[in-house]
Amino acid sequence: MKIIVPVKRTPDTAAEKVIGDDRTVDRDAGESVLCPVNEFSIEEAVRLKESQDAEVTVLLVGPESAQSTVRKALSYGLDGGLQVTDDAIAGSDALGTARVIAKALESREWDLVIFGNQSTDARTCLVPAAVAELLGVPSLTYARHLEVEGDTVTVHREHEEGWDVVEAQLPAIVSVVEAINEPRYPSFKGIMAAKSKPLDVVSLADLGVSADEVGAGNAAATMYEFEPRPPKEAGTVVEDDGSGAAAAQLADWMVDKKFA
Amino acid sequence: MAVPSPFELTPEQEQFRRVVAAFADEVVAPAAADFNAEGRFPIEIIQQMGEMGLFGIPFGSEFGGMDGDYLTLCLAIEELGRVDQSVGITLEAGVGLGAAPLDEFGTDEQKRRWLPELCRGEKLGAFGLTEAGGGSDVLGTARTRAVQDGDGWVIDGSKQFITNAGTDMTSIVTVTAWTGEKEMTSIIVPVDTPGLSIAPPYRKIGWHASDTRELTFDGVRVPVTNTLGERGAGFRQFLKTLDDGRIAIAALAVGMIQGCVDECVRYAGEREAFGGPIGKQQAIAFKIADLEVAAQTARQMYRYACRRKMAGQSYKREASIAKLYASEQAVTAAREATQIFGGMGFTTDTRVGRFYQDAKILEIGEGTSEVQRLLISRDLGL
Ligand SMILES: Cc1cc2nc3c(=O)[nH]c(=O)nc-3n(C[C@H](O)[C@H](O)[C@H](O)COP(=O)(O)OP(=O)(O)OC[C@H]3O[C@@H](n4cnc5c(N)ncnc54)[C@H](O)[C@@H]3O)c2cc1C
Repeated sequence: MKIIVPVKRTPDTAAEKVIGDDRTVDRDAGESVLCPVNEFSIEEAVRLKESQDAEVTVLLVGPESAQSTVRKALSYGLDGGLQVTDDAIAGSDALGTARVIAKALESREWDLVIFGNQSTDARTCLVPAAVAELLGVPSLTYARHLEVEGDTVTVHREHEEGWDVVEAQLPAIVSVVEAINEPRYPSFKGIMAAKSKPLDVVSLADLGVSADEVGAGNAAATMYEFEPRPPKEAGTVVEDDGSGAAAAQLADWMVDKKFA
Repeated sequence: MAVPSPFELTPEQEQFRRVVAAFADEVVAPAAADFNAEGRFPIEIIQQMGEMGLFGIPFGSEFGGMDGDYLTLCLAIEELGRVDQSVGITLEAGVGLGAAPLDEFGTDEQKRRWLPELCRGEKLGAFGLTEAGGGSDVLGTARTRAVQDGDGWVIDGSKQFITNAGTDMTSIVTVTAWTGEKEMTSIIVPVDTPGLSIAPPYRKIGWHASDTRELTFDGVRVPVTNTLGERGAGFRQFLKTLDDGRIAIAALAVGMIQGCVDECVRYAGEREAFGGPIGKQQAIAFKIADLEVAAQTARQMYRYACRRKMAGQSYKREASIAKLYASEQAVTAAREATQIFGGMGFTTDTRVGRFYQDAKILEIGEGTSEVQRLLISRDLGL
């Protein structure tokens, strides 16, 4: 089985963000990391590598400086990397990114693609489904459990009330949520081996993507304005004096907020 | 201006340091108060460290090691020691005392038999040098003897304070024994050998989750092929083992000092008295500045000794300086950090409270401060 795990380089969630004049996050201002949700998609791929001898390639769309993120992903024991780097990609929206990923996937053989369900920076959850749509393959998103048997993939698709059991024929695209597993830490061996794993860096032209399908200028979504999240408001403290008044106060509050 | 390269970590060293730091913060730190209070050897954490390759870092891959270097091992010990000293010493002793003598002095046959499982962290090895009579003056006070009988050694005697000797994952202990007039030999003893008894753990002031045992040898018989390297090489071997160990103990001490800095910066920023955070009081802020000075200077010293070792230069004096300085600074740092935490610092629920317990042994194990001063002054020709 051949698996591709698309990963993203995102700003460190703990670091201060700088929004540039073009209304995108200045990615060179703060420290960047392998998007934390990818630790879960990588772990799932590594498990399939261990149990079914899967060959796993990591795919990254991003600037040249993101190569360290590909190596980081490889340090979990993956087999090789494919990086799409092109100045024209800068500022792409979710759809533009999906177009590049879809073309990159078309350039390789694979049975299963394992995405994280959302990146910690944009949190749109759009890309996995958009890629599946562009490629015309089944899309199984929000997986909290994943199994592959023969050429069937089965996932538990998470939603507010629980999960649905969904299956599809390979090739298919899956996106996973953080409940799916507990990622391991990379081993020292993995980190050393990552240096010498094959990594192909390709451009849009190599993939046959024209520059007018991607980038800020061709985005379907436009950001007009943004503002920082308002600070949290102080909560109300209800003190229990033993008279039962606190319970009534809490009940009123829940009715008021439409919880009850 | 770029930092001169001798002071930089390689990208792989830095990446691994971060991985171990994350593991320390996410896995070890949250569990540390409990396993220390219970006096429990945290075997599940030690095994996870084995899976990450920590126990095989400085050894060659032909015997299951990771082909890493000694500095990378020290970085891992420092990062673990920053959150818990027992876990840090378990790694330090497992690699430095348990596996390193085998790797450095053992025959290929011995390495093939015992090293791979030690490197993978599935088993732990121990090194038994100290005896009840004394640890500083080994030649003058050691009593344990081994007598050759046919193709075997018969060992009688006892060893005191042996780290990692009695865990559920311990496989071997290498012991030094007199094998003749002024002839000391190291012998590898599997812990399940009849006649070897392992006492219950000591009741210690600190290092509550590290396993320390007294061992008694009563007619313990092992094949002569268990001789580590050559007969009569025991003295030379343990001196070398201790030189390396001192660098690693210094790294463990630096971890403690750094942990004190981190905890105190946080606490002094949160804790309020007299209308503001206590960190605004110069008396507190200056204490923390001194902790930072100690962390940085001790760190540079152990890394300097380590780089000399890796470059094949002499490093005995530097290793002693690093160990002496870092351990004494760690004792001071733990005391001052506890002071900054006030009453909370006197509880073992706080990291600094546990550091206060764990600090003192750093001035004693792998050569006391007096012994380090002795070595440095002798090296100066005194
Ligand atoms: C928790 C723990 C774990 C340990 N783990 C191990 C282990 O894994 N393997 C192992 O072999 N040992 C181990 N040890 C033993 C440790 O290395 C010794 O305790 C240490 O070397 C000191 O020896 P001692 O306790 O016999 O003290 P002694 O040698 O009796 O010394 C007593 C005091 O006299 C001082 N002194 C001695 N000689 C001189 C001198 N010439 N000048 C000035 N002062 C002097 C010492 O510095 C010390 O202050 C461990 C000890 C502890 C407590």
